[in-house]
Amino acid sequence: MRDFLEQQWWLVVIVLGSLAPLAAQFVSRGFLPTLRTLDRRWIFLLMFWAVLVPIYFVGVTGRTFPEIPGALAKATFNEIEKLHAGDPVLIAFDYDPSSEGELSPMATAFVKQCAEKKLKMYFMALWPVGSQLADATIDDVLKSDFPNLVYGQDYVNLGYKSGNEGVIKVIVTNLRELYTTDSRGTPLQDIPMMHGIQNIQQMKLVIDISAGYPGIKEWVQYAVTPFPETIHLVGGSTGVQAPQLYPYVPRQLPGLLGAIKGAAEYEKLVIDKYGGPHPNPKYLDGLRRMGPQLVAHLLIIFLIVMANILYFADKRRESRS
Amino acid sequence: MKVWIAVLVMWAAGLLPVAALGQSVAPAPPANLTAVDHDWDDGTRIDLSWTLSLGDSSLQGYLIRKKTAEDATFTVVDTVPPGTNRYTVSDLIRNHPYLFQVVAISKDLTESSPASTSAPVAPTMQWLDGTRVWFLVILLVFCGSVIAFIELARRGVPLKVRRIAGLEAIDEAVGRATEMGRSCLFVPGIGDLNDMQTIAGMSILSRVAKTAAEYNAQIEVPTSHSLVMTAGQEAVQGAFLAAGRPDSYNSDKIYYVTDEQFAYVAHIQGYMTREKPAACFYMGSFFAESLILAEMGNAIGAIQIAGTGQPAQLPFFVAACDYTLIGEEFFAASAYLSGEPGQIGSLKGQDVGKLIVAGLVIAGVIAETLVVLTNSPAMRAFVDYLTRKVLS
Amino acid sequence: MKRTIPLLITALGGFVLIASYFIPPAQSWGENVSIWFDILSSIAFVLGGANLLMSHLKSISDRKSGWGYSAVVLVSFLGTLFIGLGKIGVHPSPQFPNMAWTGYYREMGSGFWFIYQYGYTPLTATLFAMLAFYIASAAFRAFRAKNVEAALLLGTAFIVLLGRTFAGVALTSWIDPSKWSGFKYFTGLKIENLTVLIMSVFNTAGNRAIMIGIALGIVAASLKVLIGADRSYLGKD
Repeated sequence: MRDFLEQQWWLVVIVLGSLAPLAAQFVSRGFLPTLRTLDRRWIFLLMFWAVLVPIYFVGVTGRTFPEIPGALAKATFNEIEKLHAGDPVLIAFDYDPSSEGELSPMATAFVKQCAEKKLKMYFMALWPVGSQLADATIDDVLKSDFPNLVYGQDYVNLGYKSGNEGVIKVIVTNLRELYTTDSRGTPLQDIPMMHGIQNIQQMKLVIDISAGYPGIKEWVQYAVTPFPETIHLVGGSTGVQAPQLYPYVPRQLPGLLGAIKGAAEYEKLVIDKYGGPHPNPKYLDGLRRMGPQLVAHLLIIFLIVMANILYFADKRRESRS
Repeated sequence: MKVWIAVLVMWAAGLLPVAALGQSVAPAPPANLTAVDHDWDDGTRIDLSWTLSLGDSSLQGYLIRKKTAEDATFTVVDTVPPGTNRYTVSDLIRNHPYLFQVVAISKDLTESSPASTSAPVAPTMQWLDGTRVWFLVILLVFCGSVIAFIELARRGVPLKVRRIAGLEAIDEAVGRATEMGRSCLFVPGIGDLNDMQTIAGMSILSRVAKTAAEYNAQIEVPTSHSLVMTAGQEAVQGAFLAAGRPDSYNSDKIYYVTDEQFAYVAHIQGYMTREKPAACFYMGSFFAESLILAEMGNAIGAIQIAGTGQPAQLPFFVAACDYTLIGEEFFAASAYLSGEPGQIGSLKGQDVGKLIVAGLVIAGVIAETLVVLTNSPAMRAFVDYLTRKVLS
Repeated sequence: MKRTIPLLITALGGFVLIASYFIPPAQSWGENVSIWFDILSSIAFVLGGANLLMSHLKSISDRKSGWGYSAVVLVSFLGTLFIGLGKIGVHPSPQFPNMAWTGYYREMGSGFWFIYQYGYTPLTATLFAMLAFYIASAAFRAFRAKNVEAALLLGTAFIVLLGRTFAGVALTSWIDPSKWSGFKYFTGLKIENLTVLIMSVFNTAGNRAIMIGIALGIVAASLKVLIGADRSYLGKD
């Protein structure tokens, strides 16, 4: 840290310089009066530095915080780990670029583990741009690190279908009623790995990466609940959605990754098993993003404490007067 | 001569294995093929299962064929990959008996001898999904109680409903906007019209629009779906008509923005920054944009009333808005605002549902605790029945 | 008639969907109703698109405040439509090399891909990122310990905020049974374990209660809509 501060002294100067007017206000007007009338833009600036500086630190030093995988991350990892080579898995990309920060590390790690296990990967999306995100992950992971895998034999992108939970209701019994081609327009009968696939009950596991509606909740309600013996689901969701999904753990949802913390824990498991001594940085995104998460959380705690100091000071002043 | 014949025979015998090497060897067949009617369906499916071929790992797959009594030959249904020992044949004719065959296919497409079903099986239809009977019973009890209370209320039985602060504040919010000469903003969320939250939002919109019409206040309704825009225009027009101010209605004020979540909220943010509405109503299905909207409303000093059925967004609205309709308060809003006895009765009917749920929770918790403490088989059976039959 | 037909359609559609859940032969009816809605909402997009064009054109012609933004909307809308439909920059599919429009419209390097990659993705990510700033300002403004419940809430928030980061793990890393065997009774007090306990027990219980209430509210509201007891969504009573 000391080396970093010495080498990046210019950053320190910029940060402190930008906060100097605020410090001057505290000195000239007093602590409580300044807090009482604090412009929200100072809070925005503090949050800006709280996120940017750790990102820069991680980028320059390459250091990440140690991560201890929790029970849910381990359960998710083990559900995929117990599958065998050639087992079909359905990976649903139910998010858009706004949630990419939280969910794309999970998506990358899921696809990495599935490829290492030599599973047959069937990609689909219930969100319009999910299919493009699936393509991006395929390019990033499969085409670059697993060039021996062949599209149509080892993985296929079925693409997006509109209808939200209506799509799930149909494909649990008859996938071909909705999907006649893949995302590129190739008829399913011309895709070798689609032979014999009638519905998603033939998938050994469904992996859903979701940011809202439709998402894991709809998969639980319309896929797992009617067919609990044949459909097994694990998923990754944004932090905001995760509390809604805990009631389904573990019976309907044996594994759940919540927010970037869940992604980081799962990434740790995947790279420990498959990453080798020098894992590719693209599989460390979740771990890297824990740095700004730490500083941002500490800032929020600090702001809450300051706000309560102000509140109790004002309350005491009122009771005295 | 006999020697030559013997040599020829031995040579042929020696050649035969060589010749056989040039021909394919049929794989080991699957075994124990059974066919049973698919449960709880419309009578068009039969489930097949079989034991895998001994050489399963070296197969191309399994070929499934079917035949009715009238057919002379089997027709191909589908091919499944190796390792598959189940298949559901669909699109069958109800009550028609079928015979099935499964053959193993090697990588050079040689077929094994077939495994066949011993007797024909006919798919039958079940009129009611037996796994959902308890759900139907609970649903009928709940819906019956709602209808019963609606009838009771219409007959004049007085029913008390607690005060919902957020709904009482609607008049105050619209009045404030009128006094300040600024508009009211109503955001019906990002759900489509098939989302019950959006319909509940439309119900509240018509009440808010009626109040705005009576106070002669402006109301603006940006929508994120075309159908919601159309429904919103109908709702607001009807409200202005009911308030006796049809000329004040301006359809340009209810408009479509975009389906895209964050583009929608960016538009609303821009509108709020420029026009500074004095009252903001967020009623519908919201996701991540909820906090952005609520904080923006705070920044411009608007009074904010929110309601949503998304539990994940409620904390943001509670933290940032003046009033929040939590959970079922949002769905009760239409009934509450109308004040009609029949509608109020439906709120009491909902309480019956809550009693049923509470009863099941208490019974389940007590039973599960007794199972742990006493290890009683009867209690275990009761808990299993409750979890696997009643609540599944 | 203007209100009767929509009420009838609502009731029929709703009860068919309910019936299809319980009656297997009617299962396909429910799927068909869902598909009809998808078709309707796709057609309705034409209405919305037309409304969008009209309102922004009007805004430009009337020179209303912010009309520049309307111009940007129209240029972006029509430009993206033209580039996507026209498959600008897309190479023909190898299966049909002589036919111009057979390529994949989202092919890497195509115009549509470019708009998505360098326009749409950064913009949506930016809007979503604003939440971080708003959470901080909301936390400063609203999270005051005004009463006992609020104080409990704040304490819980601190535990969960810390538990989701390395700081929480480090803060209670001294509770280590390998250092003193007595600590094995206190491992539940480690912040990361407390976080899991709060999220999986207390938070789950609260969420379940709210979700059950919402579900009951949805059923009651839906029933009123289906039987025509609540017609406020249609407009005037």
